Amino acid sequence: MGLEGIGARVLRKEDKRFITGKGRYTDDMVVPGMKHAAFVRSPHAHAKIIAIDTEAAKKMPGVIGVLTGAELKADGIGNLICGWMIHSKDGSPMKMGAWSPLATDAVRYVGDAVVLVVADTKGQARDAAEAVDITYDELPVVVNAVAALEQGAPQLHPEAPGNLIFDWDLGDEKATNEAFANASHVTRLDIVNNRLVPNAMEPRATLGVYDAGEDHYTCWTTSQNPHVARLVMSAFYNVAPENKLRVIAPDVGGGFGSKIFIYPEEVICLWASKKTGVPVKWAADRSESFLADAHGRDHATHAELAFDKDNKILGLKVQTVANLGAYMSLFSSSVPTYLYATLLSGQYDIPAIHANVKAVYTNTAPVDAYRGAGRPEASFVLERIIETAARELKISPAELRRKNFIRSFPHQTPVIMTYDAGDFDATLDAATKVADYDGFEDRREEAAKRGKLRGIGLSCYIEACGIAPSAAVGSLGAGVGLWESAEVRVNAVGTIEILTGSHSHGQGHETTFAQLAAERFGVPIDSVSIVHGDTDKVQMGMGTYGSRSGAVGMSAIVKALDKVEAKAKKIAAHLLEADEADIEIKNGDVKVAGTDKSLPWFQVALAAYTAHNLPAGMEPGLKEGAFYDPSNFTFPGGCHICEVEIDPETGTTEIVQFVAADDFGKIINPMIVEGQVHGGLAQGIGQALLEGTHYDDSGQLLTASFMDYTMPRAQDLPSFKIMTTETVCPSNPLGIKGCGEAGAIGSPPAVINAITDAIHNNNLAMPASPQTVWAAIQAGK
Amino acid sequence: MARVELVVNGRAVKGEAEDRTLLVHFLRENLGLTGTHVGCDTSQCGACVVHVDGMAVKSCTMLAAQASGSTVTTIEGLGANGELHPLQIAFRENHALQCGFCTPGMIMSSADMIRRHPNGLDEATVRAELEGNICRCTGYHNIVKAVLDASDKSKAAVQAI
Repeated sequence: MGLEGIGARVLRKEDKRFITGKGRYTDDMVVPGMKHAAFVRSPHAHAKIIAIDTEAAKKMPGVIGVLTGAELKADGIGNLICGWMIHSKDGSPMKMGAWSPLATDAVRYVGDAVVLVVADTKGQARDAAEAVDITYDELPVVVNAVAALEQGAPQLHPEAPGNLIFDWDLGDEKATNEAFANASHVTRLDIVNNRLVPNAMEPRATLGVYDAGEDHYTCWTTSQNPHVARLVMSAFYNVAPENKLRVIAPDVGGGFGSKIFIYPEEVICLWASKKTGVPVKWAADRSESFLADAHGRDHATHAELAFDKDNKILGLKVQTVANLGAYMSLFSSSVPTYLYATLLSGQYDIPAIHANVKAVYTNTAPVDAYRGAGRPEASFVLERIIETAARELKISPAELRRKNFIRSFPHQTPVIMTYDAGDFDATLDAATKVADYDGFEDRREEAAKRGKLRGIGLSCYIEACGIAPSAAVGSLGAGVGLWESAEVRVNAVGTIEILTGSHSHGQGHETTFAQLAAERFGVPIDSVSIVHGDTDKVQMGMGTYGSRSGAVGMSAIVKALDKVEAKAKKIAAHLLEADEADIEIKNGDVKVAGTDKSLPWFQVALAAYTAHNLPAGMEPGLKEGAFYDPSNFTFPGGCHICEVEIDPETGTTEIVQFVAADDFGKIINPMIVEGQVHGGLAQGIGQALLEGTHYDDSGQLLTASFMDYTMPRAQDLPSFKIMTTETVCPSNPLGIKGCGEAGAIGSPPAVINAITDAIHNNNLAMPASPQTVWAAIQAGK
Repeated sequence: MARVELVVNGRAVKGEAEDRTLLVHFLRENLGLTGTHVGCDTSQCGACVVHVDGMAVKSCTMLAAQASGSTVTTIEGLGANGELHPLQIAFRENHALQCGFCTPGMIMSSADMIRRHPNGLDEATVRAELEGNICRCTGYHNIVKAVLDASDKSKAAVQAI
């Protein structure tokens, strides 16, 4: 692999700018004449807008413009859309309510944007925002998705009667019912997957710049996928044609899904820049992020798992109500459907599965993808119910899982997916060994002597990454293809630029992607630069989410490298008067195999550009592009084991051990992969123990700051014991499965299984705060 | 308007700011030192930590006018003579940063922590001391390692003297 090639723990190239304060985030950008924006947001969860009076605000110091939704509409800016069509089981298309970037007739959640103020300073914009006088007529509110489906519930959108967006089925209901009819044991479970606020540390921000001379827009934004932002703003929101709109996502301070979507603010600031004639910057406060970033999860589920007399699983039934909030965010419909129910087979051979999902409008912030997006919800359902079943059947949870593992690949599940590779025994064995799973009862006994309740919980998750084969997702309703593009430019001096449609916002692409070129040509990674995040530089791309940058993004680079290598070999063969098949590129030299004839890499590059002596008919230059469309999803899987000690007097949970054994396929940079696992685990453990999002009955967000919403802090977490096993993914040229979301997918059920094991009460809500755990202990007595 | 005079990263600076201007905004907007970040509005996240007269301070909890007359060090001024500070090196070597947004505050807090614990640190102390700094990317695992690494090296350096 070499010191900097595939598999090497290369320190990150991008670190220097971040550790010295030289990162360039959107809110760091300053352009001449730039002014500042503040939004007037709805204080009500549901109300009619009767009147908007902006006169007083317009007279405030420093104010340049006070803009409303009526003006936005008059200028032809379109409503925001959801880009994934889901059809209900009766064949009808999903019912999408209108979402105007600035509300005009009604507001539907606290934080709904109504008016934009642009002023010389941020302070002045905020002062003026307070002077905007909006008259509301308050309407009844519903925040809970199950309640929103009830007769007589407040109605959000005329397009969606009963607040029902879709009523969707997957799997074979009849076969599943037959399986249950033959069952010797059925385990039943009702669970809630708690709503989360993603909370990337960099709040969202955008800077819209309209250039009247060129009739051209530039949008700096905190985006995980600038090209998709340009496409959507151009094709659907009518901001500007693509050739007149440049989107730049510079350094982005974390995303976790929340920066995939095209929010109202980008659209509005671009439009406002033209309207006011000044560049307009908006940067969210954290409080604003809590209110107006897309949230994650929020499922209520009933599940049933049927076994035969040998404890083999016969069938699974799942009914889920998914809260999508007040409006359908860009990919919201795909999360509780094709990213959720398709993973309900988990690591198990389940002959029959039937899932029903009802997606529902409520007076809460829109809900969309958050790290894992559907897959944590699936894994939580399955890994909670199988652990519950093991307790009911009085057999070891590890044993019950082992008995039902899929062991032959490819494996077709009853819910669309074809698993291509995996070894679930290997990850379970690795994790149970390191965790000393078999020795647990001694530790439980020892803890009891100290007055502590000790428990252990398993989770054997699977997920689908490498999103995704374009034709397949197209047939499932996706509005876009999910390939990735790359371009490899070798400069005349042999240095290399790799342009990618993937976006790095913490994942370390500038290092791992450069390792591919180092591996291929033996050049130092310092001579390889990664270019991303700018629609003027990179032609097209689909961005970073769904753990796709490795399996899809890097595969596109590999294809482009193949082409560069082939051309370089042709040139070298011509220069060295050798057969092309005998040329090899190693350690920065281009050689004729088995001889001492060689050229340094840069001379081949130089020859491509001087073009003095190229093979007949060859074009000058050494630059190749490629698009890569995956042939299948990839299927990372693993086993997480959590061990807890609980103080029965206070309900406080301490994680005394957390072990994760994951199979990510081939790994390019183990150091970066480990970091991804650590971060994912922290978010999963955060969901299980700490993070709860609470709206009161009037739709006010009670957990709207870091003082109320418990972010995991260093003291809340242990050091993790993590390891990897490897089955090579056959569906992409690098054998990669993806690692970005696994930690958040596998860990919540492991934590809750451990706590419920310790307290002998299986009825426990997330987050399992001390109060919740203490109450569950009392209820279980 | 308030008159603000500071020594920032070794340079005397003067400026005017609205009375309500926070130190963090003065550093970012008046001085262009954008390495200090704003990650929340409740003084919880620690992305804005700088050193004021040698002590770690959340620069969102202090008015620029209040800080007038002080010596301020930001992430841009932490290294000396073009060399990285040992914590900056430790953060890189231990992969203690991902998106980089919390990193300046983490490093500035940790530098203060190490200064206050000349006899060294253990994991539990580092985790407790990082209470005021939130990271969403790393799960803190490698941040803790980096701080212990830098602390051990600085202790060794002190003992060598």
